[in-house]
Amino acid sequence: MAANTEKPISLDTFLIGLWRENPVFVMLLGMCPVLAVTNSVINALAMGLATTFVLLCSTALVALLRRHIPKEVRIASYIVIIATFVTVVDYLIHAISLEIYHALGAFIQLIVANCMILGRAEAFASRNRVSTTLVNSLGMGVGFTIALLCLGSVRELLGAGTLLGIPVFGESFEPWIIMLLPPGGFFVLGAWLLLFAWVKERQLKQKTAGAGEAGVHAR
Amino acid sequence: MHADSLTYIFLNAAIINNFVLALFLGICPLLGVSGKISTAFSMGLATAFVMLISSVSAWLINEFLLHFNLEFLRLIAYIAVIASAVQLVEMTIKRFSPPLYRALGIFLPLITTNCAILGVALFQTNYEYSFSQSLVYSLGAGAGFIIAIVLMAGLREKLELADVPAIARGAAMSLMLAGILSLAFMGFAGLGGSTA
Repeated sequence: MAANTEKPISLDTFLIGLWRENPVFVMLLGMCPVLAVTNSVINALAMGLATTFVLLCSTALVALLRRHIPKEVRIASYIVIIATFVTVVDYLIHAISLEIYHALGAFIQLIVANCMILGRAEAFASRNRVSTTLVNSLGMGVGFTIALLCLGSVRELLGAGTLLGIPVFGESFEPWIIMLLPPGGFFVLGAWLLLFAWVKERQLKQKTAGAGEAGVHAR
Repeated sequence: MHADSLTYIFLNAAIINNFVLALFLGICPLLGVSGKISTAFSMGLATAFVMLISSVSAWLINEFLLHFNLEFLRLIAYIAVIASAVQLVEMTIKRFSPPLYRALGIFLPLITTNCAILGVALFQTNYEYSFSQSLVYSLGAGAGFIIAIVLMAGLREKLELADVPAIARGAAMSLMLAGILSLAFMGFAGLGGSTA
């Protein structure tokens, strides 16, 4: 069964994670770190890279072991694999930058509970070859990081008036502190989702308008 | 209030630093299972129960790991405990209330990847709470989760009747609601005195 569901590698394997199945904006997976650590660009970037690393390593290992993991205990096995790599990342960040380690806090360890990683392991890695899985995971990881950066940049820009720590607006800019606080995270993500929904609706309208002047809204 | 007193720990976990609205833990069920108050309440109860079991077991396991200098196994041990606790709750609910089991659906096994539960276990380890303190902390966190998800479900039930623009329906609307709730909960920040 596993053999005939394998997909060949294509550009789409990579791109699907960037746009059509973007883990944050489309699938709404792994929302907790997305909201919690995006109060500055650098935190968002660190979190995105850490998650991408865990995603790549654990899905590759799952794909490698896919014929040896019994179906009944597969979820438990995936979680143990993910937890192992998260422990690695945790110690790695601790060694690289103590500042980022403290800024991200418990959210590094909470990567374990990121449903996106488990979802990828279950939905893709368990039925595909290692190479295909790596490409797909890389796409998903990059998509996740981009989403984090989208949030992080808006929140840092409005909340502190800086970008990557460099002041952007002049002296007279009054920072919107609320953007750095928890409610700001919800509002900014909600606004991004609204934007994407609006873009999608416009594309759909243009398509139906271009298809003919039947004028009936195909729903 | 003293920062180590049990009352403060409970209030801190439940209201001041609400797990969902201030610490962003457990957003997935907040967006997924908050359609109806009754389902939301059951989901909240199940999550709170798993929190309690896993937090107590995590405390015991941490003592054991510290004793043998095996801290690097902490995360793996915690997640294994949580997965078994979820399995236990799932079997209990299936046995005693099949309708509830069907209503919760996929979100029941997904409690395993609810970061709020792992969050409780990790935070109480970081704060170096004693046994009774961590027990109260997990109870408070559970209560906070129930409060947040039931409030959210109540708001969404009302919004069913409101005239919302088509593009704002669904996740975007829920996030905006959560933002407003979170804004309201910030008002509690002064309750515990000056603990930043």
